[in-house]
Amino acid sequence: MLTRNRLLAGTAALVAFSLVGAANAQAPIKIGELNSYKVFPAFLEPYKKGIELAVEEVNAAGGLLGGRKIEVVSRDDNGNPGDAVRVAEELLSREGASFLIGTFPSNVGLAVADFAKQRKVLFIAAEPLTDKIVWDQGNAYTFRLRTSTYMQTAMLIPDAVKLKKKRWAIVYPNYEYGQSATAAFKKLLKEKQPDVEFVAEQATPLGKIDAGAVAQALADAKPDAIFSSLFGPDLAKFVREGQTRGLFKGVEVFNLLAGEPEYLDPLKEESPDGWYVTGYPWSELKTPEHTKFLNAYQAKFKDYPRLGSVVGYATVMSAAEAIKKAGSLDQEKLVAAMSGLSLITPFGMIQYRPLDHQSTMGAYVGQIGVKDGKGYMKNWRFVDGKDALPSDADVQKMRPKN
Amino acid sequence: MSDAVLQVEGLHKAFGGVQAVADVSFAVSAGEMLALIGPNGAGKSTCFNMLNGQLAPDSGIVRLAGRDIVGLRPRAIWRLGVGRTFQITATFASLSVRENVQMALYSHAGRLRSLLSRFGAAFQSEADALLDQVGMLDQAERACGVLAYGDLKRVELAIALANEPRLLLMDEPTAGMAPKERVALMELTARLARARNIAVLFTEHDMDVVFTQADRIIVLDRGVLIAGGTPQEVRANPNVRAVYLGSTH
Amino acid sequence: MTLASFIIQLLNGLAAAASLFLVSAGLSLIFGVTRIVNFAHGSLYMLGLYGAYSLIEFFGRTPLGFWGAVLLAALAVGLVGILIEVLVLRRIYRAPELFQLLATFAVVLVIKDIALFAWGAEDLVGPRAPGLSMAVEIMGRRIPAYDLLLIAIGPVVLTLLWLLLTRTRWGALVRAATQDREMVGALGVDQAKLFTSVFFVGSVLAGLGGALQIPREPANLELDLAIIADAFVVTVVGGLGSIGGAFLAAIVIGVAKAFCIGIGTVTWFGFEISFSKLTLVVEFLIMALVLVVRPYGLLGKPQAAQRAASEPAPPLQVPSWTFALVWLALLALVPLVADRYATILLTDIVCFALFAVSLHFIMGPAGMVSFGHAAYFGIGAYAASLLLKRFGLPMEAALLLAPLIAGLFAIAYGWFCVRLSGVYLAMLTLAFAQISWSIVFQWDSVTGGSNGVFGVWPSAWLADKTVYYYLALVLCGAGILFLWRVLFSPFGYALRAGRDSPLRAEAIGIDLRGFQWAAFVLVGALAGLAGAVYAFSKGSISPSSISIAQSTDGLIMVLLGGVETLTGPVVGAAIFTWLRDAVARNTEFWRAVMGGVILLIVLLFPQGLVGGLKALVARWREQRA
Repeated sequence: MLTRNRLLAGTAALVAFSLVGAANAQAPIKIGELNSYKVFPAFLEPYKKGIELAVEEVNAAGGLLGGRKIEVVSRDDNGNPGDAVRVAEELLSREGASFLIGTFPSNVGLAVADFAKQRKVLFIAAEPLTDKIVWDQGNAYTFRLRTSTYMQTAMLIPDAVKLKKKRWAIVYPNYEYGQSATAAFKKLLKEKQPDVEFVAEQATPLGKIDAGAVAQALADAKPDAIFSSLFGPDLAKFVREGQTRGLFKGVEVFNLLAGEPEYLDPLKEESPDGWYVTGYPWSELKTPEHTKFLNAYQAKFKDYPRLGSVVGYATVMSAAEAIKKAGSLDQEKLVAAMSGLSLITPFGMIQYRPLDHQSTMGAYVGQIGVKDGKGYMKNWRFVDGKDALPSDADVQKMRPKN
Repeated sequence: MSDAVLQVEGLHKAFGGVQAVADVSFAVSAGEMLALIGPNGAGKSTCFNMLNGQLAPDSGIVRLAGRDIVGLRPRAIWRLGVGRTFQITATFASLSVRENVQMALYSHAGRLRSLLSRFGAAFQSEADALLDQVGMLDQAERACGVLAYGDLKRVELAIALANEPRLLLMDEPTAGMAPKERVALMELTARLARARNIAVLFTEHDMDVVFTQADRIIVLDRGVLIAGGTPQEVRANPNVRAVYLGSTH
Repeated sequence: MTLASFIIQLLNGLAAAASLFLVSAGLSLIFGVTRIVNFAHGSLYMLGLYGAYSLIEFFGRTPLGFWGAVLLAALAVGLVGILIEVLVLRRIYRAPELFQLLATFAVVLVIKDIALFAWGAEDLVGPRAPGLSMAVEIMGRRIPAYDLLLIAIGPVVLTLLWLLLTRTRWGALVRAATQDREMVGALGVDQAKLFTSVFFVGSVLAGLGGALQIPREPANLELDLAIIADAFVVTVVGGLGSIGGAFLAAIVIGVAKAFCIGIGTVTWFGFEISFSKLTLVVEFLIMALVLVVRPYGLLGKPQAAQRAASEPAPPLQVPSWTFALVWLALLALVPLVADRYATILLTDIVCFALFAVSLHFIMGPAGMVSFGHAAYFGIGAYAASLLLKRFGLPMEAALLLAPLIAGLFAIAYGWFCVRLSGVYLAMLTLAFAQISWSIVFQWDSVTGGSNGVFGVWPSAWLADKTVYYYLALVLCGAGILFLWRVLFSPFGYALRAGRDSPLRAEAIGIDLRGFQWAAFVLVGALAGLAGAVYAFSKGSISPSSISIAQSTDGLIMVLLGGVETLTGPVVGAAIFTWLRDAVARNTEFWRAVMGGVILLIVLLFPQGLVGGLKALVARWREQRA
């Protein structure tokens, strides 16, 4: 009897073990993703497609950690940091997500970053541009993919300096992104061109610019050049009013992000010719890594990619590479793997810097042109992210030691 | 009149150049029912609202038991012992009849500022006694929002009696009631007034009520007092006859 | 500013005022007659833009195509307005005051997702007006010809509306209904028809306001909420129901914004002041100022009693303390049986429940509707965060001091607010909330600006989510029970009495304003407590906690549960938070689903969930008896 019982127990244990083991090998690796889908749909719909494409590719290549598929579980955070923290918790504790990716607005990104630090889980911030997420408020568990506000601003500086314009006017959406872009621009330009003068500054409520009045106020200051960080509907309104009122005649304009298809395409035939912008000239990129991405994307979605698509795709690819490198889902191992992780993205090789967890993803800098009633980027060049960052010493000074 | 509870002297009020009330003087003594009558637009409501603090007179004196009350807010005038009923009843619709009366009693005792005690625990018997007097005790539990109009008028009377007033101001106390109810309500009022030695000033449209219940009557026309005296005197006054015949026919 | 730029900015302001006036005039008409606070009015404006865009694409960019499209879009939006009135609002006119707000909120959600589905997420930049695409030179500056046309359209529409209101029978009815709704009913006018027609005209105005913006504003999904607050401000500043007032107010606000931009940054006494940053809040500053000086707006008249529209509030039932304690005990058991996330979701619910109950206290029994209740929630949250992070106070002290600070703000804001009544009061609370929001949003060095404050975590002994849940349950539960207790105290009764009849309250010696002020401070402090508990549960706090959206959430919770019941707000908070959590999992069209569910509740339970359930139980008992 005794032996028989033992045998039974042993068998049962064995069966149970193998079942659990098998389940583990088969169970997908869940990655928790949260974003403000309903608040910024123009950017985030293509972003979501980028994610889907990446998931499909990773799984088609056999998955990770010995054949486990990955699954991205997405949630809408409503653009509200409080909701985001709750949703993040739900992804981790109820959905069993291994770690977190995503977020769009700076305040949500920063709130989730702080949550990740508290909860000791990896967080790859996809889209937030705020410099603080890796610098002033940086932490050990948070990494950021996208080219930051500072980096994109710095990329425009060489062209701005070259033009030797003395009187600059500035317009920006009145929240952290616009404020940081403006501060960085003024500081960097002043360093290179000490005699520069900032003759007017307009802070406009996000999404509610009084474009006519702003264009007029800027024109009244008689600037030689304008630096703008407007985007979305604000940008479209500013472009139209400025053109009608002749604000841009003989004035050079620099506008962060305006070359991104999300914001450039709606302008159609009114795309402002000659503006210096950062963006994504998707139709003109001929690198093998981009071509591969472009073809796969178009085949799957019958649509061309936006910048959001690249961000979504590269975020999931970063997560996959990190898992692969860590060989485990242990948070500390994942974080260690992320630090210094290199991978190929549609924009070429990037690295998550051990110094501040910022990726070196670059951006395209060029000028807007118009052909066939559509805006496009001309005279563009790619600027590697690592060439647009401040010195290591400066970064260390900003980033808290922990 | 040294025992006058309410004494009004030379009351004036104009609205944008139109004289609504001009040089009105009268007095009410304790236990007396004084009716203020006059055709529509004669200035009765204006006059009333200057007595209860809702309207400031341009000039004139209003004395309550010798004290000038011009410029006081309605709630301060109430504190000096003036109870009121309104032309369109004003009660607390979501509160029960008893609670309505208790509210006035709590207020009178200055006990409304308590945050944690239960409202309604105190003054139950006092409230019920008042309700009994106006014949509403059997409906004490009902919400005022569901009462018949005549009953509301009686609740108002109970509320008005809660601070042991020396003066009752009743604006059209029987408006909207059936003729039989009207006389009953004013008889009740007169009885209570005499028993408690309260001065009552009321305006009224129903001449039956006025001439049977008032001790004295004053008549207002176009802002001016044109007559005053006992019902018999007023009935006989040719000015009054002219005004009423002229304005109603 | 030079004289030339002064004149040009004046013209810019007038041009901006045109559409604002049209939208606000429509809102004012609808409110005046139906007393409905129509949140969906901004959505109608947005549909006007989208509709015009599509119709112009269809007709072609000719003058006829353009103007035909603009007019047709406006009319189409008018039909949408009729649909909303007939399908939804008509069924709930007899519901308690403000309940219709809940329905229109649901309509906003639904329309937003319909627009997303129909027109996509990308901004649609419309064409310029054919023949008016150039600029006109005035004083050496170029101003778009189209803007000049808009400046002219404002007075033209004002005149047409004035004629319509003063020279037609329909206009006479509308004016009469605006003054006294009961009377129109008594005159034997078909109220349903009148309401439908008013909705049509109001919606056409919103649609026209939107369609006319197509050369100036890309059609996008944020327009509805962007315009609705401004439209309310204009309506209230002008005086409810006053079309001329709306015109005046639109101009005042449009021009004030343009001047803020025109002045730009100036240096006074060595301080740099950026007037352009003021554009964030200038309309609310104007509203606060106007309402403090003129309690009925620039051209408004004192309102007839609001409550006449609905039945008087039913008496409140004394809560059963056993019932409350059983629930508390059940809630205390949850962490033992459910997973970690349930505890976290419940922590949110508990915070929002106290927030909703405090709002209910002021808008239900005290009869003062607040559209800006998030002010105290947010101030409590920020006070707690800043005391911890900037002043280095222990977390426990910060948590307990935060409600006091929220209460201090309520003392200041409340002093002004209790002097008003009805929607004017509600809008003044909103003005104060928005002013607080804009200060929090802009004061980078202290409040962290648009990002907020981070690292607001509780002390070590509370770090565990379950322990923190118990803390939240105890604090918020105590707050709720305290407020309920107060409702049945002499103080609470005095407030209810004052709501039922301010006239009678004054006549029995109640200093109503004093009581209302005290109530304001009380609920401000408790909303602040809810905010502080919330902040520590999240670890961070951002301006969204003090935003219009947060205030709206509170209103939705109270109305969803039922404003005339005690437990309604708690149930509303739970259902709303849970719904959002459950529905938002599907990131696709969750807003429409959410809106649909709320609409369903609105139509099935016109007294709110708890009110409706109570009615059902009562009917069931009657049948059995």
